[in-house]
Amino acid sequence: MLAKIYEWIDERLDITPIWRDIADHEVPEHVNPAHHFSAFVYCFGGLTFFVTVIQVLSGMFLTMYYVPDIENAWNSVQYLQSQVAHGQIVRGMHHWGASVVTVMIFLHTLRVFFQGAYKKPRELNWVVGVLLFFVILGLGFTGYLLPWDNKAFFATQVGLEIAESVPIIGPDIKTLLAGDPNIVGAQTLTRFFAIHVFFLPAALFGLMGAHFIMIRKQGITGPL
Amino acid sequence: MSEKKNNQVSRRTFLNYTLTGVGGFMGAAMVAPMVGMAVDPLLQADGEGDFVYVMDEDEITEEPQRKTFTIDQEDGWYESQAERVAWIFRDGNGDILALSPICTHLGCIVDWGVQDDHPDQFYCPCHDGRYDKDGVNIPGTPPTEPLHVYEQRVDDGRLYLGRANPR
Ligand code: HEM
Ligand code: FES
Repeated sequence: MLAKIYEWIDERLDITPIWRDIADHEVPEHVNPAHHFSAFVYCFGGLTFFVTVIQVLSGMFLTMYYVPDIENAWNSVQYLQSQVAHGQIVRGMHHWGASVVTVMIFLHTLRVFFQGAYKKPRELNWVVGVLLFFVILGLGFTGYLLPWDNKAFFATQVGLEIAESVPIIGPDIKTLLAGDPNIVGAQTLTRFFAIHVFFLPAALFGLMGAHFIMIRKQGITGPL
Repeated sequence: MSEKKNNQVSRRTFLNYTLTGVGGFMGAAMVAPMVGMAVDPLLQADGEGDFVYVMDEDEITEEPQRKTFTIDQEDGWYESQAERVAWIFRDGNGDILALSPICTHLGCIVDWGVQDDHPDQFYCPCHDGRYDKDGVNIPGTPPTEPLHVYEQRVDDGRLYLGRANPR
């Protein structure tokens, strides 16, 4: 049945070359943990992607209940966590995944660094990778405020003070992030929400696209 | 003929320039209002802080006292009462000093005289920041500047405080 549908579409649109080009290529022996166990270090990039997918999906479902308003944010999280079917699980995925994705991208970066995989001709992909790292850190920072509990509030307070300590433009950076020079409040929460669910994910998708196109084009680095 | 042609803008180049210009203009016209919206907090005029009654002048001692007071706070569309804390005392010259308890390192809350080793200093528990009685940071501890000082006004023996400013 599925094969029939596939054939029907392929006959008209010739889609086989499209997915072949993306997906149909061999995993070299030196990156395959089945051949050399130590090759598990090559998995961290894929694991980062996998957890990112979890973050995006679980985040999308969280926004069905979450409201970025200081009167209701905490209550909406409390409700989705305790009353909504499986809400606790989905929030848990997002909550723990946020840490796991950061650890994974860090391990992936270490692998690339210690293998020297960033060297010519892959310098540009290192740059994109560093940007991805900052985007993930930004998602972690802005997401952390959203539950609007005490920990969230004071962590953001301290994070904004750190931003403010940048020479000369620090105070302006803080105001731009917080929406007010002195208050961490209603405007901070809406801003962080917008940055967390729209601006940074958009940047994330663009950078991931560039990252993967470059990998496909250049292939993975050879054995050490 | 060929020389003349070199100085000429070809039809193709002309169209390229025109389309790039028009496209750039349309792009800019689209993005400019959005950027304006994002940077609005930088453009907002800094509101004048109101002065709020905190304590009577004759209650002020040389020992810093912790006083709380509430101010009307306007956060965009959200108006609320916010609590402020001040450490109030008379300094060596007999002048009233009202210090903000917000640590100038990373914003934790300092307390007065809680450390046995430094009974006459302000102490921040987060990274062991310390300040002398006048609120000046002790060199070698994390804070980089003195505690902020509330603007003050004394009227009819009553102390009113405004906003806290860096010194
Ligand atoms: C790599 C990507 C992401 C990271 C690292 C991340 C990180 C976080 C963190 C740390 C929190 C606080 C969770 C808690 O304290 O329980 C959070 C909350 C939230 N995030 Fe994300 N996030 C990511 C992607 C997304 C995306 C793509 C969306 C939506 C489209 C999203 C929507 C939300 C919402 C609605 C909340 C508030 C609910 C809650 O606090 O449980 N997130 N995020
Ligand atoms: S925040 Fe007070 S010492 Fe670091």
